[in-house]
Amino acid sequence: MLIAATIAILVVMIMAILRAITGPTLYDRILAVNMFGTKTVLLISLLGFVMGRPEFLDIAIVYALINFISVIGVLHYSDAKVFKASEQQKK
Amino acid sequence: MGSLMEIASVVFLVIGSFLCVSGGVGILRFPDFYTRMHAVGVTETLATAMILIGLMLQNPDGLVLLKLIIILLMTLFISPTASHALASAAVHNNLIPELDNKAESEKESSSNP
Repeated sequence: MLIAATIAILVVMIMAILRAITGPTLYDRILAVNMFGTKTVLLISLLGFVMGRPEFLDIAIVYALINFISVIGVLHYSDAKVFKASEQQKK
Repeated sequence: MGSLMEIASVVFLVIGSFLCVSGGVGILRFPDFYTRMHAVGVTETLATAMILIGLMLQNPDGLVLLKLIIILLMTLFISPTASHALASAAVHNNLIPELDNKAESEKESSSNP
């Protein structure tokens, strides 16, 4: 059952990458990357249990923190011209 | 008792996997940024909680259980914060919802022929 959940999360990660590649706006890409990071935390936790080494959970904790900081760090520049340019393309 | 915990773990893992896949289908199929964010933000927190609870019921020892609880609490705090920051940045930069825009343009074209 753990392996089935791992495969489901891998499929969802592929879906998130597809949205990050074909996203029409910049916010879609950021959303997809955020979702990809959260699913990576789950994948690392599940792989730790599948491989019988739950010490992987330390890496999952660190990855959750890095994911949050990366999203907030990108959004810190949301006043820059790039964000508004992508939105003007959409109009 | 052990088999009961295994059954509960499998049920939680199945529900969490289903919610993950529904969030993935939502981010691919929904037409707009805000609807995509609704799909991801709603399913992400619950799916993560379900899968982590399913892992907690796999009968690990104390430290592993503590780490799983830490990951669950961090996800429950971090994911809504990131979603809120992303949505407020999108609204601040005048990203217009698509369906609302189309309805307004139809209304304008029908009222001002």
